[in-house]
Amino acid sequence: MTDIAREGHRGRPAAQHADLSQARLRRRYAAERRFKLYGVLAICLAIGVLGILLFSVVSKGYTAFVKTEIGLDVYFDPEEIDPEGTRDPAVLADANYDRVIRDAFERTFPEVSERRERRALSDLVSSGAWLVLRDRVLEDPSVIGTTERVWFRASDDVDMLMKGYIPRDVPETARRVSDAQIAWIDALDEAGQVGTRFNLDFFTAGDSREPELAGIWGAVVGTFLTMVVTLVLSFPLAVATAVYLEEFAPKNRWTDLIEVNINNLAAVPSIVFGLLGLAVFLGWFGLPRSAPLVGGMVLALMNLPIIIIAGRASLKAVPPSIREAALAVGASRLQVVTHHVLPLAMPGILTGTIIGMAHALGETAPLLMIGMVAFIVDIPSGFTDAATVLPVQIFLWADSPERAFVEKTSAAIIVLLGFLVIMNALAVILRRRFERRW
Amino acid sequence: MMVMDRSNRATAPTAPAPGAQAEATAEATAGVYGPLKISAQGVDVFYGDKQALKQVDLDIHENQVTALIGPSGCGKSTFLRCLNRMNDVIESARVRGTILLDGQNIYDRDLDVVTLRARVGMVFQKPNPFPKSIYDNVAYGPRIHGIGSGKAELDEIVATSLERAGLLKEVKDRLHEPGTGLSGGQQQRLCIARAIAVNPDVILMDEPCSALDPIATARVEELIDELRENYTIVIVTHSMQQAARVSQRTAFFHLGELVEVGDTEQIFTSPRDERTQGYITGRFG
Ligand SMILES: Nc1ncnc2c1ncn2[C@@H]1O[C@H](COP(=O)(O)OP(=O)(O)O)[C@@H](O)[C@H]1O
Ligand SMILES: [Mg+2]
Repeated sequence: MTDIAREGHRGRPAAQHADLSQARLRRRYAAERRFKLYGVLAICLAIGVLGILLFSVVSKGYTAFVKTEIGLDVYFDPEEIDPEGTRDPAVLADANYDRVIRDAFERTFPEVSERRERRALSDLVSSGAWLVLRDRVLEDPSVIGTTERVWFRASDDVDMLMKGYIPRDVPETARRVSDAQIAWIDALDEAGQVGTRFNLDFFTAGDSREPELAGIWGAVVGTFLTMVVTLVLSFPLAVATAVYLEEFAPKNRWTDLIEVNINNLAAVPSIVFGLLGLAVFLGWFGLPRSAPLVGGMVLALMNLPIIIIAGRASLKAVPPSIREAALAVGASRLQVVTHHVLPLAMPGILTGTIIGMAHALGETAPLLMIGMVAFIVDIPSGFTDAATVLPVQIFLWADSPERAFVEKTSAAIIVLLGFLVIMNALAVILRRRFERRW
Repeated sequence: MMVMDRSNRATAPTAPAPGAQAEATAEATAGVYGPLKISAQGVDVFYGDKQALKQVDLDIHENQVTALIGPSGCGKSTFLRCLNRMNDVIESARVRGTILLDGQNIYDRDLDVVTLRARVGMVFQKPNPFPKSIYDNVAYGPRIHGIGSGKAELDEIVATSLERAGLLKEVKDRLHEPGTGLSGGQQQRLCIARAIAVNPDVILMDEPCSALDPIATARVEELIDELRENYTIVIVTHSMQQAARVSQRTAFFHLGELVEVGDTEQIFTSPRDERTQGYITGRFG
């Protein structure tokens, strides 16, 4: 380089100069192209990995959105359901419907006589199948004494078999479905008595020990309640803090200290917040365990620094000339903030908030500490009810031994990812909507 | 009401007779100008430990344009910002001394700075319209000060302000379009309209044309000359030609000191201080 420069100085012809700069230009363009290439490669890699992840989750999980059903011709035996003929709902609700189902199986497969075999036969349907019959009878007692085709939810093992997750060609002892059961299922299938249906229950049911009965609604409601608490607590507090620190507070050692600490808080591992919640909210305040209220409070603590930092950044990005303009026409400092600065900063603040909320939505560790990891069947109906949240539900299911929970886990992940995508899309839309380009 | 006051005074001579200029000093000619509007007495300004203004005494008279000139960093903007207490928002800034506006010290503890800024408007170097519509830009000041109740009155204020800023004709069909969509010169006139919408007595301008092209500059200079009739104007400029064109009085600042103040003609033709001489002949600055 220096040589070339010196040569240039010695008064070479102009052509030499031009040639020189050509070479340099070429090098510059080459460097630029290389840099672009690296960028494209990095993006491709990221998209590829994301694609693999999504594919793996979706391919494992999509089957959870359908369920296998077995149709049986059920004789609503008056002897069994309502021997005295009172039609009293209490009696109807109390009847032994399991036996009705067993009878229906026996009529379908009359050759099965051994006790153990019968048991295996009625295991084809879910242990919660009798509820369908009870509801049917309670809804319309006149079915008693008649025969009707009723569709029952298959047990998780049959469901897995039909979905192809249980291989048929391994030795009988190595799988959870016996040869006899496979034969029955095939027979039923041939007779058109096995079907699949959209698994609405997955979205409307709470958790269950039986994989085929387990749903995510309890976790969704728990998540919603928790997020409401988080948002209501963290957003106003964080925005007020950001506005005060950025627009009103004097810049001195104290505010520097606060700033440093807020930045540190954002980097604190979330489990520490969980421990704090355990010690303070549960220990001192005596708030209920496993409650969305406490979960929301813990996540709000975690969220605060994120929103404060995002808020301060977007407040800082508002040009000072706008503040001066407003001050110069006689606006008070509060008016400057509320009329001009805050509206201009709002898209950024909202984006930060939604990103923080998305973080909180996927957070598991701190919630484990405050007991939101419990097995909870009931759908929470308030902020202080025991509840769990989606990521914790995923954690719980991923930990369960049954094969059927694998697809539930993936399906729950799909739902969680769906929520995250919706939230991020919301962030983009909000930014577009409220951003003032002019 | 204030406007009527002003127009009465507008008949008073606003510039001294040409012959009297050579020997005129600021003190001696005070009577020839309009009444005293602002009187700065012994103003010191510090940014932290650094003194930016040293003992500045300057009188500003009604219905005339006072230009502040001087090399970059000599404290012109600092002085201007003292006049509507915009320095208050700079944390490190401390102001000492007295600045009387119509005889009242604006640094009095019980003076309301919001009211002061309604009386002393400001136009900045870079046009800074709010990212709102043209209408809302002008209406903002009246709204927060409760001037003009009702839409009709506000419309009227907006129209007259734009008219006075010489912008109405260009924007009257697009009042509800963004003010930031205007050209630089139009934006600056919009900022002037915004400043006069709250009916101030004084308008401070800090290098209002430095971001504008020559044609827009000429337009704003014309406007300043028209506004002089109703307002007291203090303008900072680094262009001596501009000072000569628009102002009646000129103050020359150097290194935080007010070196010389006098009729614009006199400053440019026969400056008494050699630093002024040096600056206007282009030897420094
Ligand atoms: N906000 C500030 N903080 C610290 N020093 C400042 C600030 N504003 C101006 N100064 C200093 O005060 C002096 C005068 O500045 P200024 O009034 O802006 O000069 P001018 O407008 O004449 O160019 C300069 O030395 C400048 O560096
Ligand atoms: Mg300046």
